[in-house]
Amino acid sequence: MDTFLTILLDGLQFSSYLFIVSAGLTIIFGVMKILNVAHGSFYAWGAYTAAFFIGKFSDMGMPDALGFLIIIAAAVVVGVVLGFIIEQGILKYMYQRDEVLIVLATFGLFLVLEDIILIAFGTDPYFAYQPMALLAAVEIGGITRDVYGLTLIGVATLVAIGCWWLLNKTKWGTILKAVIFDREMGISMGINVPLVYTLTFIGGAILGGLGGAYIAPTISVAPGLGTEVIVLSFAVVVVGGMGSIVGAAIGSLIIGLLRAVAVHELPQVELFVVFAVMAVVLVFRPEGLFAPAKPRKI
Amino acid sequence: MNKGLVAVLAALVVGAVAFMLTSEKPSEEKKEATAPVADEGKQITIAVPSFLTGGAAGPFGIPAMNGAKMVVDAINKGKLPAPYNTKGFGGATASLIELDEGGGATKQVAEYRNLVEKRNVDAVVGYISSGNCQALAPIAEELKQFTIFATCGTPRIFEEAPRQYVFRTMSHATADNTAAAMYVKENFPGMKGYTGIQQNYAWGQDSWRDFDLTLKQIMPNSKASDNVQFPKIFAGQYGSEISAMSLDSADLVHSSFWGGDLDAFIFQGAARGLFAKKTGVLTVGGTAAYRLGKKLPNGIVLGARGPYGILVRDRDSVLNQWFINTYKNLYGTYPSGPAYQYGQAILAAKIAYDKAGSDPSSEQLAGALRGITFESFSTKVEMSLGGGHQAVTENGYGITKYDEVNGENIVTDVKFYPASCIMPPDGVGSVEWIKGGMKGAKC
Repeated sequence: MDTFLTILLDGLQFSSYLFIVSAGLTIIFGVMKILNVAHGSFYAWGAYTAAFFIGKFSDMGMPDALGFLIIIAAAVVVGVVLGFIIEQGILKYMYQRDEVLIVLATFGLFLVLEDIILIAFGTDPYFAYQPMALLAAVEIGGITRDVYGLTLIGVATLVAIGCWWLLNKTKWGTILKAVIFDREMGISMGINVPLVYTLTFIGGAILGGLGGAYIAPTISVAPGLGTEVIVLSFAVVVVGGMGSIVGAAIGSLIIGLLRAVAVHELPQVELFVVFAVMAVVLVFRPEGLFAPAKPRKI
Repeated sequence: MNKGLVAVLAALVVGAVAFMLTSEKPSEEKKEATAPVADEGKQITIAVPSFLTGGAAGPFGIPAMNGAKMVVDAINKGKLPAPYNTKGFGGATASLIELDEGGGATKQVAEYRNLVEKRNVDAVVGYISSGNCQALAPIAEELKQFTIFATCGTPRIFEEAPRQYVFRTMSHATADNTAAAMYVKENFPGMKGYTGIQQNYAWGQDSWRDFDLTLKQIMPNSKASDNVQFPKIFAGQYGSEISAMSLDSADLVHSSFWGGDLDAFIFQGAARGLFAKKTGVLTVGGTAAYRLGKKLPNGIVLGARGPYGILVRDRDSVLNQWFINTYKNLYGTYPSGPAYQYGQAILAAKIAYDKAGSDPSSEQLAGALRGITFESFSTKVEMSLGGGHQAVTENGYGITKYDEVNGENIVTDVKFYPASCIMPPDGVGSVEWIKGGMKGAKC
């Protein structure tokens, strides 16, 4: 029973991490049809910004609880600033181009943003352990768990509920769905599609930044951390169906839980599991498990 | 787009950039102060590859490069302590080509060829990654280029093929893990079982293999876990692995993690009480000792891949104190293992140049370094394995403790094992030697 509970919590915790990061990626793809490789940079910038300011404010003697506000602020600032600059400065001039070219452009942006991180923050790692240290540890299932890690499940749940509410209960969600289904029809109905694109990109970037900022207290924030996360995010989005929030949630759960089972029962296949799931889904359902329906144009 | 929104965003960008620029940045500026000074007269060019980007840069690559630059600078000026206080490399002033080791073995092979065939470097000294060293050794032999590997650990380089032009001036991974096992036996004789977490590539797999095989020999009653963890390198998230190890009945956790992975594992493991319940053995933990400060838990068995860094801080030889004090003055921190290891490799290059005579060829340099014994900054280096191309040194471990008075980590109960105790004799493979009961070991 202890092992089952531990696997379940481990799986949920890792799934939550995957979902927060991949939700932004899939939202951007769903609305804008852009496979944004630079999403890994939003994650890295979120982590660096949060770690930098948490460290600075801690050195200044500010209360450690402020770290939680800094995490949210870092995600918002990184998402708004980087998202706005990239979308308005580069992507909006490429929407009519081939999708492959846009992927290449975002890959180039990813490399540039990684180098800017080196210039801005240097190569030394940053530590922002204060928010994690602030929350106590608890005994669950016979082992000690850090409460900060468990809060990740709550954050992911809030993000999922927020996305659902936004898409299904607001006028803005109706507009988004209209653009997702048929961009031209949306324009003809008077929707300001360029504005929708800009705000969607910023929203996705904020989620990417949130993933990095929230994880920052548990890791050594060092150059290159955006590279790993983008690979995992792609796996989640491919499994769930590109452009589907529900798909990202289910994809994260499948990968996170299976990985946790592998780590506990057969650690040799831990790496294999993530991509085996992706391969199986691609064989039987190439569009992913929950790919949004596409309208047939006649 | 709304002009008001644009103005707000612009203000945010300006504010963030201003804050970052006015805040203290890491020691980027300091390292430039050590760039070697070119003298008139004979010149040689030494290429020094190290991780300058990526997760390995901060804990490994930058300290390593700093160590190399500091020693080259001192050699050029004749400021190393005796017996190395002659100016230059065989009288020649060295200039460095600093290279990023990142990007994988394929890229490194291409860059190495470029260095030798187009840039005509005189020597290549460096490399941290075992994968890169493994890929480059045959290329160096093909190009007949004098090359010293500084830090990479896999034993295979000199065990799988004889080398003529390639050297490694520190012990390989077998020494790290046989010494760790012996330290465990001496200090934790009641240990019943052990598990581990390793990065899933040659380094992690070799490290676990040697540690496990040695314990099977010297503590046959202890049991290895069936669920040793091998996460992907640079994974960063080890929640599930820590849970699995926490549930494991093993009372000891061995890890050869390094760089950001090591820091993340320590943070996450400490927050979950892993190191309070089980003894941690970190073979490369020395790189974290100075950087993590109080966040490094007490009671961890800490190695530094040899007699380097925090393990030798109290050694009062003139060479060692020069190394520590000069490094601290230049970079504001104590030197960790990689700084020592790169400094040691550069020192070996100087010895080879001094011995090989005027304007030496790669053959003459190799002949000068092959099989020699020399006193390095913190230890004696014997080039006694691999036909005189692979060094052996003593290796040691200690137990971490935070010194509240001075506000820094120290190690207690430090014990060093002689090279003859923890490394196989020349011509015998590591695995074969350990499995055969470590015959001939002189402890």
